Amino acid sequence: MNAGEGGEIGLLGDPTRRAIFEHLARRPSSVGELADRLPITRQAVSQHLQVLKDGGLVVATAVGTKRIYRLNPDGVDALRGYFQRIWDDALTSFQKASDQAAISPEETP
Amino acid sequence: MTNTATVPSLHGEAMVELPVDQAFAFFTDSIGRWWPAEYHIGPSDMVDTILESGPAGRWYERGADGSECEWGKVLVWEPPHQLVVTWQINGNWQYDDDPNRASEIEVRFSPDGPHQTLVELEHRHLDRLVGGQAVHDTIAEAGGGWSSVLNALARVAAAKSR
Repeated sequence: MNAGEGGEIGLLGDPTRRAIFEHLARRPSSVGELADRLPITRQAVSQHLQVLKDGGLVVATAVGTKRIYRLNPDGVDALRGYFQRIWDDALTSFQKASDQAAISPEETP
Repeated sequence: MTNTATVPSLHGEAMVELPVDQAFAFFTDSIGRWWPAEYHIGPSDMVDTILESGPAGRWYERGADGSECEWGKVLVWEPPHQLVVTWQINGNWQYDDDPNRASEIEVRFSPDGPHQTLVELEHRHLDRLVGGQAVHDTIAEAGGGWSSVLNALARVAAAKSR
């Protein structure tokens, strides 16, 4: 089950894609709804959704004339991928900040 | 995989240019200086992250509007080598006060010479986040989204523990 893990973490490495993922985590949405809430065009939203869909993190269902996107309920690794991204970012940020603190020791606690 | 390893833990590490005691102090006392601001759950922009020192210390964010959102609590406070905190954000992106539904984050600090420290992080018991009534209520109420992923996790966890 870990075969796709690296790929999924990579998929969430893009901040806009992560923002889309987070929006869908809160509520399934159409392309138009996502474009209204994010500072990007519908076309850009569509492109990111396609990448997330190809990566198995997101699925689309037809509701009337709209396509509604939601997190893939079978994509168990999506949650792990999401948290892994948080920890990778947080630890990188911690490392940078502590190196800064090491250079300016008067700022360290 | 054993029957207890339902959802595999997550791991991360960082090597920092600080002695171990300072690395622990910087990680905890100064968490607001390094925690990435985009990772927060409150309705307004986050201005600070606070990790209170000592066992049972709170871990929370403070928003630009002055509101506070809980993230978890300190379980183990053993400076300068070990810290365990809970992560209690449920399927509705709300704090869940029940410790039985808390995932855990352990951080270990190991000196690598007098001036460097290896920081290793493990996020475990992710399956516990999905076991509670609150999450099932969320699924029934809202459906889809984050909840469906948590629900899928719960199913996988349940299947594997049988």
